[in-house]
Amino acid sequence: MQAADTHQAIDAVWRIESPRLIAGLARIVRDIGLAEDLAQDALVAALEKWPETGIPDKPGAWLMATAKHRAIDLLRRRTLAERKHMEIGRDLEEKQEDAARDIETAADEEIDDDLLRLIFTACHPVLSKEARVALTLRLLGGLETSEIARAFLVPESTVAQRIVRAKRTLADARIPFEIPRGEELEARIRSVLEVIYLIFNEGYAATAGDDWMRPALCEDALRLGRVLAALAPNEAEVHGLVALMEIQASRVNARVGPSGEPILLLDQDRSRWDQLLIRRGLAALARAESAGGARGPYALQAAIAACHARARTGEETDWTRIAALYDELARVAPSPVVELNRAVAVSMASGPAAGLELIDRLASEPSLKAYHLLPSVRGDLLRKLGRRDEARVEFERAAEMTRNARERALLLERAADCAGASPAQ
Amino acid sequence: MRFMTIVKSEEKFGFPPQELIDAIEELRQEGIKSGVFLDTGGLAPTATGAAVRLRGGKLSVVDGPFTESKEVVGGYAVFELPSQKEAIEWSRRFMELHRKHWPAWEGVTEIRQLFTPEDLCVEPEKRWQAEAHQ
Repeated sequence: MQAADTHQAIDAVWRIESPRLIAGLARIVRDIGLAEDLAQDALVAALEKWPETGIPDKPGAWLMATAKHRAIDLLRRRTLAERKHMEIGRDLEEKQEDAARDIETAADEEIDDDLLRLIFTACHPVLSKEARVALTLRLLGGLETSEIARAFLVPESTVAQRIVRAKRTLADARIPFEIPRGEELEARIRSVLEVIYLIFNEGYAATAGDDWMRPALCEDALRLGRVLAALAPNEAEVHGLVALMEIQASRVNARVGPSGEPILLLDQDRSRWDQLLIRRGLAALARAESAGGARGPYALQAAIAACHARARTGEETDWTRIAALYDELARVAPSPVVELNRAVAVSMASGPAAGLELIDRLASEPSLKAYHLLPSVRGDLLRKLGRRDEARVEFERAAEMTRNARERALLLERAADCAGASPAQ
Repeated sequence: MRFMTIVKSEEKFGFPPQELIDAIEELRQEGIKSGVFLDTGGLAPTATGAAVRLRGGKLSVVDGPFTESKEVVGGYAVFELPSQKEAIEWSRRFMELHRKHWPAWEGVTEIRQLFTPEDLCVEPEKRWQAEAHQ
């Protein structure tokens, strides 16, 4: 193998193995930052050795063994240093020897638990959303700081700082490296799912910048979701979120036109939907339902997405069922955005006037003041009712509100359409 | 990025030993846990298959086995990965299992990127050029 090929291979091994490596090490050293440093040291050792020796049969095991030795050395040195100051030195040393032995014998299942612990820690509510996202992508997604910065259109130094601060916050708050239990578990899982879906959405409908989508982020989020589903197969909402993301991702190629412009769901060429992802999404939804999670907020959204996925044409869409699912979603996870979507579904099931009535109730909703989709949807319904002048004003308002350049162009086009050809009636 | 890996070998080697099947299943589980495996499958022998061929403007349907081709496709996997190098690493692990559990066997695993509809929409001339450069 050429040296360049070996470097490529090491890079690939790192991407595949680093989350498990960091997770396993974090259990011994109880510090995510230190665990990552140790893993990086092992990577450096591999970069030195492997070009000569070739890639070992089990590269992950090699990296783990190398990092473990360093971790054990480090713990012993620390214990010696601490024993000079502390009465409980002996006890601490024993504990750390235990921890070191632990990882020597760690079975696969334990590594899985370590990975879960790492996910829960990186998504801990003590951290800000931005910090959770950056830490999760870095430690579990295997992304470089520069890649995260590019994906979120922020300077690399900002992301680096977020990660450093997040690690410090976790250490200062003495966040235990553990899988939460009992009542806490549900809230903590919500926090993890929120982070994953945030990453997905930033890829799916970029809130800023020139591109309408950044599919690589969608793939990162999906990968994290699938990992979590394999680690926590009994958590229904995890499957619900995976189902939602798989089905939404199935439309990635259909929701953008040749010059990068967004194409709305009902205008999409359904033959371009990715049937493999739809199949996977429907299977994940079935898993969520059979785990008793049919009424979870993510499972309900996935069920709505599944209604679209099952319809071969836009006309075949079961809007009555979609409206009913939104009803249910509005009950379990009420939000103005859900109400807005419910209004759209109702307008499709029972006509634009019925939808408009629901929308107008949202007009005074403070949280929707800056939400461009409210005037956008309202414009759409007004246009269907033949009230084109009012529709134009709404589309123009929506165009002013969005931060996405592609979306703005689309909205201005729709406004121009309303101003153009004279109404038929 | 999506990749399909395709394993090919001569059919004379017959069925893989149970140890290899078990080891591959373990690797498959690992791929699922890593969130990168979308789909995977093994193919029945060509003796039970059939082929539709177009040659000289004429279609013909031929029953297996495919005696014309030396190496035939035995299985495939579909991955979603950030880059091709990871697809190579997963394939290396897959082939390593063959080396260990089925020493007599010889074959190849091809790693091929799956085109998205966008890739298929580029002008035919450019696509031809892209293929020529591979």
